[in-house]
Amino acid sequence: MRLSYPSSTKIIRVPCTGKVDILHILRAFEKGADGVYAVGCMEGDCHFNSGNFRARKRVEQAKKLLDTVGVGGERVQMFNLSSAEGPRFAEYAREMDQRIRELGPNPIKLAMKKAA
Amino acid sequence: MIVADRKPIEEIIQQVEAHRNVLILGCNECVTVCEAGGKKEVGILASALRMYFINNGKDMRIDEITLERQCDHEYLEEIRDRIDRYDAVVSLACGVGVQFMAEKYLSKPVYPGVNTCFLGVTEKRGLWTERCQACGQCILANTAGICPISRCAKRILNGPCGGSTKGKCEVNKDLDCAWQLIVDRLKSLGRMDDYEKLFSIKDWSTDRAGGPRKVVREDVQI
Ligand code: SF4
Ligand code: SF4
Repeated sequence: MRLSYPSSTKIIRVPCTGKVDILHILRAFEKGADGVYAVGCMEGDCHFNSGNFRARKRVEQAKKLLDTVGVGGERVQMFNLSSAEGPRFAEYAREMDQRIRELGPNPIKLAMKKAA
Repeated sequence: MIVADRKPIEEIIQQVEAHRNVLILGCNECVTVCEAGGKKEVGILASALRMYFINNGKDMRIDEITLERQCDHEYLEEIRDRIDRYDAVVSLACGVGVQFMAEKYLSKPVYPGVNTCFLGVTEKRGLWTERCQACGQCILANTAGICPISRCAKRILNGPCGGSTKGKCEVNKDLDCAWQLIVDRLKSLGRMDDYEKLFSIKDWSTDRAGGPRKVVREDVQI
């Protein structure tokens, strides 16, 4: 399809979004990521039945924690699509890229630079 | 197992903010199973605290260690060579572990990272319920294996009380009446005769009424 999506998006492949743990999300922010999103299969279509539901719950938990620590829960998001929806994948990437640009850099990254 | 629940992170932030080098200490046993204080929860808490303090311009070192248990000397000893690097510890073990940690390392402030709740089971993931109050004189043999001390709101021994309605407890309509459960199970065991036997007054001195308890086993002491 040769679709283009923002080069700011780094893809980390997992066997199923059910593999994505809240710890992975937090570590990404600790290491300076400006935003994190998980793209799972459509709800009800998980090959492993509930992987994408697990991911959604973990994304919700991460949102709460990130709000508490001042990073901002809006920097993390769960998206769903079917594996045949390449254009939608690119669309989500653009949506997230735009949202993060509006929010600005990860405050942790800025604070670390200041402290260094 | 001992069931615990996570403390709000805001509470933990308040506990540790006066310190600079903090160790988050997890436990590999009960609190790991109830997803409150195992290696993963240590990682999540430590990561969140690091981000919080960096974000608030505070130079804090927050390290993570998870021990096999915190209620035994040998495991707690594993951190003796490192403990001086920290000026406070947040223990994610149950209250037992927190206290043993405090007893062992006298000059180290120790904060509880979880709320210790009860002795219970994992009914399903994310649902833990109480089964035992460690009364010290187990009567399960006579109650069809269902504990009225922990599961009956009134702890009565010759139940049910008059508040039992359609198998539910009057304290909370979502709560099973322990005595209904006992009767049902006695029936299916064909042991309703047991129900006719009255319990005499229970010796509560082995429960908390007798003050803090201990088990002494000279046969295994060396
Ligand atoms: S410290 Fe508490 S949670 Fe850990 S093994 Fe001992 S009793 Fe269980
Ligand atoms: S009778 Fe006592 S020891 Fe036995 S399960 Fe109930 S509370 Fe625990």
